[in-house]
Amino acid sequence: MTETTKDPTSQSQGAVDILDLNKIFLPGNASQVIALTDINLSIAPRSFTTLIGPSGCGKSTLLRLIAGLIEPTEGSVTVNGKTANRARQDRDYGMAFQTASLFDWRTVRKNIELPLELLGWSRADRRKRTEEMLELVQLSEFVNSYPRELSGGMQQRVAIARALAFRPSLLLMDEPFGALDEMTREHMQTELLRMWQETGTTVIFITHSISEAVFLSTQVCVMSPRPGQITAKVDVDLGERTEETRDRDDFFDYIVQVREALRS
Amino acid sequence: MPERLRRLLLQVLAAGAALLAISGIYSLYKVIGRALDDGQRDWWFIGTFLPRSTDRDMPPIRDIISEFNKPLREGGPELINLIWDASLFTLREALAGFVLGVIIGMAIAILLLRSRTLEKGTMPYVIASQTVPLIAITPIIVIWGRKNFGFLPWEWQDWMSVSLIAVYLTFFPVAVNGLRGLQSPDPDAKELMDSYAAGWWQTLWRLRLPASLPYLFPAFKIATLASIIGAIVGEISAAQSDGIGYLILDFASKYSTGPERLYASIIGAAVLGLLAAAVITLAEFAILVRRRQATRS
Repeated sequence: MTETTKDPTSQSQGAVDILDLNKIFLPGNASQVIALTDINLSIAPRSFTTLIGPSGCGKSTLLRLIAGLIEPTEGSVTVNGKTANRARQDRDYGMAFQTASLFDWRTVRKNIELPLELLGWSRADRRKRTEEMLELVQLSEFVNSYPRELSGGMQQRVAIARALAFRPSLLLMDEPFGALDEMTREHMQTELLRMWQETGTTVIFITHSISEAVFLSTQVCVMSPRPGQITAKVDVDLGERTEETRDRDDFFDYIVQVREALRS
Repeated sequence: MPERLRRLLLQVLAAGAALLAISGIYSLYKVIGRALDDGQRDWWFIGTFLPRSTDRDMPPIRDIISEFNKPLREGGPELINLIWDASLFTLREALAGFVLGVIIGMAIAILLLRSRTLEKGTMPYVIASQTVPLIAITPIIVIWGRKNFGFLPWEWQDWMSVSLIAVYLTFFPVAVNGLRGLQSPDPDAKELMDSYAAGWWQTLWRLRLPASLPYLFPAFKIATLASIIGAIVGEISAAQSDGIGYLILDFASKYSTGPERLYASIIGAAVLGLLAAAVITLAEFAILVRRRQATRS
């Protein structure tokens, strides 16, 4: 684990800085897989970055590298000026998955309290924060429900509340709305943007959906497979998003731009 | 609530009907078996393969039932009291074995969870331990216990050896199902705990153990019955004369003078197993149902 601040060209003030990153699974082995190659990415604080690309392009691998759950083969990942693993130890980020991954033996309240328990918070502090988080995701009346009793969208909102419970500066989301129907999905997108604005969290978000990527992001990273790499970065400037944004011409222009980047 | 009550009532009715049906088949066969014994050898073809039966082979049900209320000898306690006391004694042995077996089984499961290599290397021995005939190791445990457990601060008694035999049968299902349950959380859940930088024990306590409960309760049910079987077999080997196992052995040796008593003691042992399984089922209901049913407030 080397400190990455010694390279003067790296902008270590960013929320996330990835420099010349390669990831090879089973290196040297006959069945080695080059998952990611030549990744350079800088993510500004309070931005919303989407990783989009076909299956097998390494988006999930990239997210797990940022999360410090796996180590890069070459290159470096810096989160808040620290190594990714250090940032994980410091609980600098929260994470949400496609399966909401709520613990079905815990009520909504106890699910949101899980990370706070691990941090050793007192019961009263946990309660207080959970109330706030439930207000944020607008599920206050379901505090004592079990995950089974909630719809898919509601479960995801609980998962987001859990990820944000200890107010991390970074939120990592791996296709969190992938299993939701279109109507719920659009509603969740609006909700997520509202939470993003209210909390000022930096978000990195994986999706398969072009319109979702454009609607949510300030930056879209288009990825291609074999070997996984970032082929284009599209900065999206749509101002404040509302439901009308989806009908605007510049919204469609961005969609075309991302789609073409995906094809090439 | 009335819906639940109705279902409960139906279940009780079904259980009663099944009991009646079994009694009916038993009694019906008695008629056929007796007829065969009386020389109806040419009853179509069935006489060639169906065994004959007398009241000694299959005592009438009412005789078995009335036997419960008779004292074994003049002025002694009634049979039902004997069976009750013996069953309670066996239940205590089985319970001690069950508790210790669950602890050992879970310890093995947690140990094997820590290392795949250990799991692959050790599992064959865990399985092999269960193919050793119980009847062979029981005397060893009893003799061994009497001779070698003198260092313990309390006096070693034969019932403790019997409990050890129950442990031997109990730890296995708990270890196997427990390991499966501990391994059951999906990758996302494990990654979630990793993302919180949760330690191994924290993940065990907050994720793996609660996730293993649905796997553990079926194992507990098997283990309960196994511990009772272990205790009964152990009593027979250890000549532990206070339990239901010894009672069964005693009545079996006096079968020709009172077959009803053997049947009655077997029914006693079966009821014992049923009650123990019912306790586990109730516990499972109390703990797991909360996860599944609506408790919205």
